Amino acid sequence: MRKHLIAIVFSCVLATIIYSCQNAAQVKQDVYYVNGRDLYIKHCQNCHGAKGEGLGTLTPPLTDTTFLKTNRNKLASYIKKGIKDTITVNGQQYEGTMPAFAELYDIDIAQLLVYITNSFGNNQGIYTPEEVSAALKATE
Amino acid sequence: MKLKFSLPVSLLIAVVLFISSCQGDKKLPILGPRSAETVKNADGSTGVDTVYKTIPAFSFLNQDSVEVTQDTFKDKIYIADFFFTSCTTICPTMHRNMKEIFEKYKDNPEVMYLSHTIDFKYDKPSVLKKYAQKLGVDNGKWQFVYGSKDSVYKIAEKDYLVAVIEDTTAAGGYIHQGWLVLIDKQKRIRGAYDGTDPQKVAQLMKDIPVLLAEDKK
Repeated sequence: MRKHLIAIVFSCVLATIIYSCQNAAQVKQDVYYVNGRDLYIKHCQNCHGAKGEGLGTLTPPLTDTTFLKTNRNKLASYIKKGIKDTITVNGQQYEGTMPAFAELYDIDIAQLLVYITNSFGNNQGIYTPEEVSAALKATE
Repeated sequence: MKLKFSLPVSLLIAVVLFISSCQGDKKLPILGPRSAETVKNADGSTGVDTVYKTIPAFSFLNQDSVEVTQDTFKDKIYIADFFFTSCTTICPTMHRNMKEIFEKYKDNPEVMYLSHTIDFKYDKPSVLKKYAQKLGVDNGKWQFVYGSKDSVYKIAEKDYLVAVIEDTTAAGGYIHQGWLVLIDKQKRIRGAYDGTDPQKVAQLMKDIPVLLAEDKK
């Protein structure tokens, strides 16, 4: 009995140690990711799909990791100001427009980008509100 | 050897037989208002017949600027809906789901689709053509049609029983319901499914073969 009790207490302590070892940045990214998913469902999923698969050649998929990486500094303004030019995603041209989501705050856009760039086969880490406001300023 | 069933076993068999016999008769309801009409039978006596709501004759232009009428859907069942190409709310979801049905019944000539645009200002046939091509469904089975505001809005509300409203305060300028309406070969409404709800769309996929089987009897 006593032996069992010790074992339980010991494993609790061990779990606590491991849990607090998880670094703060990862926790922040996870919070962004979860909030970003709610925003994605609300604002993006209609057109881009639950799996980021897009819709025909009307809406591009969000699975092109190379595109997301090379256009990292443009992504914020794509969301905030929309897209009017033709873009090439996964080797396919997409013309037409993407609506602007001007009502979103920098923090919302950061959370959305964390969700998108870490889902659908992408894995690109954190995106901060500071990076968003800098990127938006640069494209003004 | 003599077969001897205990009472519970025979009861169980009876229940199973009962349930399976019911399933064979599954029929879709006929929706919409109906009226009773007195008709004269061939032998001179009079009887009462039920008159169901049907979709009246229509004429619209499709994505190839060709006239589309009831004849286009003769001896077909079809799924009708109302949308507009610049809609970013429910339309993409509806058409994503409808495309799934389209792919499933690709090889069945008896199943067709009819999408009416409610954006009479912008969605001219050339715009619809581009939309159909981009959605990847431009093979003639899925008709995208354009008509005057009056004709489209009237057929939506009076006949397909779908609410559509032009509203400049709404995103995109229009408000509309996302029903996918299932029409049989006699032009009667046999089902209406929320095209944004995956469960309802799954039900529609199950109901299509039931409706197709009805005509084979």
